[in-house]
Amino acid sequence: MDSALASDGGIVPPSVPPAPSDGGGRYLRQSVRTAVKILVVGHFAVGKTTFVGSLSEIRPLRTEEQMTQAGAYVDDLAGIQGKTTTTVAMDFGRLTLSDSLVLYLFGAPGQQRFTRLWQDMTQGALGALVLADTRRLEQSFDVMGLLEEHGLPYAVAVNHFDGAPVHPDEEIREALDLLPETPLVTCDARDRVSSTRALITLVEYLQSLQSLRAGTAQEYV
Amino acid sequence: MTPPPGPAARRDKGLVRPYVVTEGRSHPTRNTFDLVTLVMAHDDRPLTGLSPEKRALMELCLGGALSVAEIAGHLMLPVSVTKVLLGDLVDSGHLSTRAPIPSADLPEAQILQEVLDGLRARL
Repeated sequence: MDSALASDGGIVPPSVPPAPSDGGGRYLRQSVRTAVKILVVGHFAVGKTTFVGSLSEIRPLRTEEQMTQAGAYVDDLAGIQGKTTTTVAMDFGRLTLSDSLVLYLFGAPGQQRFTRLWQDMTQGALGALVLADTRRLEQSFDVMGLLEEHGLPYAVAVNHFDGAPVHPDEEIREALDLLPETPLVTCDARDRVSSTRALITLVEYLQSLQSLRAGTAQEYV
Repeated sequence: MTPPPGPAARRDKGLVRPYVVTEGRSHPTRNTFDLVTLVMAHDDRPLTGLSPEKRALMELCLGGALSVAEIAGHLMLPVSVTKVLLGDLVDSGHLSTRAPIPSADLPEAQILQEVLDGLRARL
């Protein structure tokens, strides 16, 4: 039946998917008052979806956006003759951190820079974790540059792949041209504890930036 | 042989174009939806007369609070389309929203500390 519906770019009339068999879990606790977000970014196949999946308390969700010529920024599609639509996707997950606070993790590649989705993701985000692969470090530059353009602070987590070369931190820092204060950690995106530690490193860094700003503000009071 | 269509296949196909769902609009009536804006449904509003998409959205949201991103994900609708539907349903009194961060009354330092405490507790 479904195959008869073939039609690109359209929307299947939505139906509410059944709640997971564990009953609860899909919805937020009633006491949740605040939602914050952190981005998990990096190039294709670096492990973003795995990272979000190992931390999320819900089955990670995906949303896709059809970017058509009418709705897209002109320069993004300039020169691509005949290409009228692009699908951009993001995966995200959720962690309830306290009775009143929930954290959303959004994973997306860097080439979504001109889309509304990227604007939505970066707006109001606390910061970003850049996942990197030692076999393809140079591919991380794009997304790091993008975060800098948006003024979003980030930490770098090298996702360790089996068989990938292990380099001393100093060499990775140099290869990625990191600022001395930018945190660099190694993690295993498949492992919940390891991924949590990488996030903790990022949030500690955000905290240090915040107290630095607060300190600077104090001086002018 | 074509594999039987699963949820992933369904997502790529559809009868209804996005602009039909949104009645031709590409922007919501209000510009207050962040991806993590929390949405709550009011159960005292009639669902009659709502479009199939809005009805599905209401049925989802009547179960409990969700973020804008989760609503889009569960309904397999683009975020931009979801925001248009949400705007209408807030206007008609079916839904209310809670801004992602309750503005000035929760300073960033406190939020970061709470995030950190919550993450450390998970180790």
